[in-house]
Amino acid sequence: MLRGLEKTGVLMGALILVATFALPFIVVKPNRILQGQGRSLIEGLPSVSGIALVAAMVIVAVCLLIRLPPLARLAIATAGLLAAILALGGAAHAGLPPGNTYARVSPGSGFWLLLFSLSLAFIDVVARLRLSPAARLLLLVIAATVIGGIFASGILADISVMKEYVNRSDAFWAEMSRHAMLALGSMLVAFLIGLPLGVISHRISWLRAAALNTLNILQTIPSIALFGLLILPLGWVAAHIPGAAAIGISGIGTAPAFVALVLYSLLPVVANTVAGLENVPREANDAARGAGMTDFQRLVSIEFPLTFPSLLAAIRIVLIQNIGMATIAALIGGGGMGVFVFQGLGQSAMDLVLLGALPTVAMSFVAAIVLDALVDFSRAPGSEVRAT
Amino acid sequence: MIDIQSVTKRYGGKAVVDSVSFAIPEGTIAVLVGTSGSGKTTLLRMINQLVSQDEGTILIGGEDTRNIPGHELRRRIGYAIQGHGLFPHRTVAENIATVPRLLKWEKSRIDARVAELLDLFQLDPAAFANRYPHQLSGGQQQRVGVARALAAEPKILLMDEPFGALDPVLRSKAQDELLAIQKRFGTTIVIVTHDINEAFHLGDTIAVMDKGRLLQYGRPIDLLKAPATSFVEGLVGTFDRPFRLLSLDTLAGIIEPGEADGEPIEENRTRQDALAALMWSGADTLPVVSDDGKPLGRVRLQTLLRQAARPQ
Amino acid sequence: MSLVRLAPRIILLFLLVGFLASPESFDFAFKPLVQANAPAIYNQGDLAALTLLHVRMVFFATLLATVIAVALAILVTRPFGAEFLPLARAIVNIGQTFPPVAVLALAVPAMGFGNGPTLVALFLYALLPIFENTMTALTTVPRNIIDAAKGNGMTRSQIFRQIELPLSLPMIVGGIKISTVIGFGTATIGSTVAAKTLGEVIIAGLQSNNLAFILQGALLVAALAILVFDILSMLERSLTKWKAA
Ligand SMILES: Nc1ncnc2c1ncn2[C@@H]1O[C@H](COP(=O)(O)OP(=O)(O)OP(=O)(O)O)[C@@H](O)[C@H]1O
Ligand SMILES: [Mg+2]
Repeated sequence: MLRGLEKTGVLMGALILVATFALPFIVVKPNRILQGQGRSLIEGLPSVSGIALVAAMVIVAVCLLIRLPPLARLAIATAGLLAAILALGGAAHAGLPPGNTYARVSPGSGFWLLLFSLSLAFIDVVARLRLSPAARLLLLVIAATVIGGIFASGILADISVMKEYVNRSDAFWAEMSRHAMLALGSMLVAFLIGLPLGVISHRISWLRAAALNTLNILQTIPSIALFGLLILPLGWVAAHIPGAAAIGISGIGTAPAFVALVLYSLLPVVANTVAGLENVPREANDAARGAGMTDFQRLVSIEFPLTFPSLLAAIRIVLIQNIGMATIAALIGGGGMGVFVFQGLGQSAMDLVLLGALPTVAMSFVAAIVLDALVDFSRAPGSEVRAT
Repeated sequence: MIDIQSVTKRYGGKAVVDSVSFAIPEGTIAVLVGTSGSGKTTLLRMINQLVSQDEGTILIGGEDTRNIPGHELRRRIGYAIQGHGLFPHRTVAENIATVPRLLKWEKSRIDARVAELLDLFQLDPAAFANRYPHQLSGGQQQRVGVARALAAEPKILLMDEPFGALDPVLRSKAQDELLAIQKRFGTTIVIVTHDINEAFHLGDTIAVMDKGRLLQYGRPIDLLKAPATSFVEGLVGTFDRPFRLLSLDTLAGIIEPGEADGEPIEENRTRQDALAALMWSGADTLPVVSDDGKPLGRVRLQTLLRQAARPQ
Repeated sequence: MSLVRLAPRIILLFLLVGFLASPESFDFAFKPLVQANAPAIYNQGDLAALTLLHVRMVFFATLLATVIAVALAILVTRPFGAEFLPLARAIVNIGQTFPPVAVLALAVPAMGFGNGPTLVALFLYALLPIFENTMTALTTVPRNIIDAAKGNGMTRSQIFRQIELPLSLPMIVGGIKISTVIGFGTATIGSTVAAKTLGEVIIAGLQSNNLAFILQGALLVAALAILVFDILSMLERSLTKWKAA
């Protein structure tokens, strides 16, 4: 009997059932700050659709228990996810008292757990399918399109987070682009500094020890502190170096955040450059020397192509670290999605917190998936030939 | 002692050991030879049930191996794994003590045994007992691997290419050590090798495998006399055959009375050695002495050449 | 370890203890950073007490995470839990992309302000590196070594206790080390949701524009992280003496 059961499915099925029956699917609140009242899936939706959805979730849970072909499981998990999201929209619409513009509906713990367990099921299948990097990217594009479509369709318009969004959509996109600029821009600068530093460190061993030690110690300084510590020096730069203020450098705001992110990014860049160069097979270098290449030619045509996967891995580390840390920039007036998170925390408006946190998480996910795929691409057999 | 009865093992539907049967008498050395991937390791690992057969039975001392709990069976059978397989976090002494510890021997007995084995394999206990495997050369690692397999004085010893990493000099020394150990303890040994010379030197019997099938099983002389297939014939080497044949026996038995000039040869050396000495010196006869140097007579080139002819 | 390498650490330890015992004696060092009338040493609470709370929080979160992460990693690497292995790998991979601030902020609705969300965030952040390292270590014990253990008559539990676990221990400690260092930093962010940690000192500095406070908080956290990192590195090395020459 147990042979036919999917062990991971037992876990997910149990979570889905708990989420469906024991936890509030939505929370209806009198206004955006006050505590609300939970409603389960069956109470939250108009009778027939409520029963239908509960039944659907039970079916999904049961299907996950059974050993099925991966594609069938994928379809089931996807269907479950879509159903849960549509149900959320429907429940929000039904839960809002007509004419009351203050009342809000937020997703409840039941919804989050449902989302979590169905995503687990989805990820489980995808992980077991061992998709090629291209297929993973395709899946990402499809998922992004579907999710974008859901938001554009207005199905979720009655959810509290979306109301927060509508109230400040301009600021949202401005902070979003500032966040992306902070994360990407600081990474770019870190590479401009870190790559040469890594190349030189690889050749001069005392410099390598010194650079890596310093950068390692730098990592132990908590981010909020480093942001703060840069206020003074950058303020001094703005006041004393002609033109610095004109290009936007000032003691508070984006500049210290940017510099702090660059500093944190240097360690992965330098360390991975050095490690990548160290892993270049000695024979490859010897052969290149034997063929009469100069040091520079060797660097460009032998060492860099072979170091490429390691550099891509550094990009992944840095980008994800930066997306997370850029959230903290808001504490020193640096902007980014942290603005909403900290405003929300300040006002005890959790939906505003979500407005800042969820896109950050999404950005990190997308960055991780894309870069993982690229790393796999660069390591795939044959790619070395193409790269050289 | 070891009775292998129509044993088959399949991986993914393909038989990598295909209905193999043969028996290894107690106190003898059986050698498994064959091409890479022919199923030697798999067959060896079925004897101690590291791999369980899909069909057939293996009896050890008349007992079906599948009726003995795997770990107990394996504590009774020494196993020197292909490529030493030493535990990197344990010292040489601790590695050798593995099975005695599992069997809960007393500490003093374990220590004595470890020292004895280190001596036997010419590893100075003072220098080597507390080293870690990565501090040894490949050859030393392999010797420790064999010592570990011997530690609990097993009645049966399985060895998978135990001397692969040794240079020719050490290898022939290790082979002689193994023969000495085998004589002393009467151990039944099954040994896998790629080296046909090693097979002829060590084996009381030789099993030739190809693509999972047992092509021939018999005494070395049987393989020379009547190779079962052209594969076996090729394996024993068409050109080397007469020399191999001579290598199977010592001079005892073909010594004739009389005297001869030149460097004497000991009685227990092989006939191949005697022929080589004669060919090199260009003489027709060679004086033979006993182990302690007493003259016994002589051996003639003609006699040796007759011995090298295809046996009837 | 040679004295030359040990010396800076010992000095650091002395400075840390000295500063915590009597912060006022370091007034001279921080005075230049503040305006004339502003306090140079954190004065809104007891630095030593905050440091202790900070360490305690990181310690318990990491301890709990270690127990659970190691147990889970053992589970998914046994035949019984093998079905969970791909999922576990994926979760680790994805989980580590979750920004700390997001975790903190998202935990607030469930747990309210205070130490709760920080403990959760610290726990989750500690979980992943330890889990990942343990899983990697246990799945990369060389096949032929396990084979040899089995061939020498070890039972499954003997193989686990005598071979797999000791061989994996250094890497597990490596995971704990990463987790702890991340934890010391993340705990400071916890003060944005009112956790009692050294982050309070930094945030007080940010709010009152007092660079000396920020620096004190930063240095204390960095010193703790470096010292703990070193201690765990020593432990790691002592567990791998069989690897070193
Ligand atoms: N666990 C396994 N799963 C699948 N196939 C296996 C397994 N073990 C061995 N094989 C296959 O069985 C065949 C025989 O392998 P075996 O190790 O017994 O060969 P061998 O004669 O010892 O070779 P070598 O001389 O190279 O050591 C090979 O084709 C091998 O790939
Ligand atoms: Mg083999």
